[in-house]
Amino acid sequence: MPPALCGICKTQRALIKRPKNHQKLCKGCFIQIFEDEVHHTITSSQLFFRGEKVAIGASGGKDSTVLASVLKTLNERHDYGVDLVLLSIDEGIKGYRDDSLETVKRNAIQYEMPLKIVGYDELYGWTMDQVVETVGKKGNCTYCGVFRRQALDRGAKMLGIKHVVTGHNADDVAETVLMNLLRGDLPRLSRSTSIITGSSASEVKRSKPLKYAYEKEIVLYAHHKKLDYFSTECIYSPEAFRGSARSLIKNLERVRPSAILDVVRSGEDMARLVPGAMPDTCVCNNKAPSPQAADEDDNVGGCGSTNGRAGGGEMAAMEKQLRANEAAEVARLETEVTFHKTENTRPDRPNSSKEVLSGGSGYVPPVLMKQKLGTCEECGYMSSQRLCQACMLLAGLNKTRPQIAL
Amino acid sequence: MAAAMATTESPPMPNTSSATIGETPELSVVVEFTGGLEMLFSDQRRHVLSLPVIDKSNKPVTIAYLIGYLCENTMKDARKELFVLDDHVRPGILVLINDADWELEGEEAYEIQDGDNILFVSTLHGG
Repeated sequence: MPPALCGICKTQRALIKRPKNHQKLCKGCFIQIFEDEVHHTITSSQLFFRGEKVAIGASGGKDSTVLASVLKTLNERHDYGVDLVLLSIDEGIKGYRDDSLETVKRNAIQYEMPLKIVGYDELYGWTMDQVVETVGKKGNCTYCGVFRRQALDRGAKMLGIKHVVTGHNADDVAETVLMNLLRGDLPRLSRSTSIITGSSASEVKRSKPLKYAYEKEIVLYAHHKKLDYFSTECIYSPEAFRGSARSLIKNLERVRPSAILDVVRSGEDMARLVPGAMPDTCVCNNKAPSPQAADEDDNVGGCGSTNGRAGGGEMAAMEKQLRANEAAEVARLETEVTFHKTENTRPDRPNSSKEVLSGGSGYVPPVLMKQKLGTCEECGYMSSQRLCQACMLLAGLNKTRPQIAL
Repeated sequence: MAAAMATTESPPMPNTSSATIGETPELSVVVEFTGGLEMLFSDQRRHVLSLPVIDKSNKPVTIAYLIGYLCENTMKDARKELFVLDDHVRPGILVLINDADWELEGEEAYEIQDGDNILFVSTLHGG
């Protein structure tokens, strides 16, 4: 058959068929539209401000490499005025991360960005190789995941950076939406759809500028721009590739390519129904988004601006916050005895000086003390518990250093 | 790569990297694997293959034929399911025919031409 022509320029041979709308594009028009759409996501969600220092969580893989490349391009083209840095985590897995870190080092030169590599060993005193030696291959992904999440934040803090962008794409978000749907975890489903997550307590916010980009297009972008990336599979979870939710997503895509973005959008719509959630969606003329306050884990948030989100969720969110404030107030009053106005509480929550209703009534609040605002006793990292997740895992590890636990 | 070498199952195949002496006409194609797929193919990204012009039922060889051929002859790794599921390329693996998405070229039914470059890219691997 005669080669199809590009649907935009009508002159070049089409090389790409876009999964979201079946549009056939030539290489040049595809690269342009891909970048334009990421730019649209960035501006419509107001991800950056001029002068902001932004760390790109970089693994050397396709997603983060494309993210770094596109952000560099857009920062120059549209004059965002942001200061981009590559931030990489070295889990300490021999034969796995070495090559990809070499890739990141090359990326740093190619994109003229400073690079910071943070190792698990320096942060936690354990490499993943040592963790696996101790706990075996079964539960080690839990450790790695908890450690990595903190590591990005800690790395960012070392650099004095308050914003980390990650390469999560539409397929990733769709996968998370499905997984949380299957688990019946709607609050988490709601949070997972947010383009901006993070909290005032964690000091570092996260965002995913590629949230609406298909994995397929990311790979094609990398291919056609001849980007230097590295693909690998962790040696501790080999050949799983990814879970069954991933396979489901890819099978759906095969049948109906628009399914991926449809799942993402459905996730956003469902998020709006979750009490207390502040979902976002790609609303082109929305107000300034701001990271949502901390909510249990550090993977939270929502771009939903305090003044720009849908009514029901806003009320529910407000109520939830008031309830939390009350609990904290009551707890405080019980320990402080002296009753004075609460203007000095919770400096990060300007509207929190709500009078305690159940003040002196002898009501014993549920044990909610320090929830949300606490810091880990061990490391000072934000945590709703006495110890943060990482330190709890570390305590277990350190106790059983020679023996197997769990 | 150690795993790939240890689990050699398929019988030794004729040298695929040069034109064969045979009388039947052949197609020379370049097949490439990236995005992590190369680890299933002896950690080698680029393979030059000679394919027959027609298959056993006298039809021109297609991408479907090539996929079967790769599984039988080129892939030394035993984990075929990481490349092919239910006789089709595993969802999540992109196929580019001369740099064009195979969806634009008829997918498995595309009839291979001499000198074609066929690229398999996995989107499934992590960074």
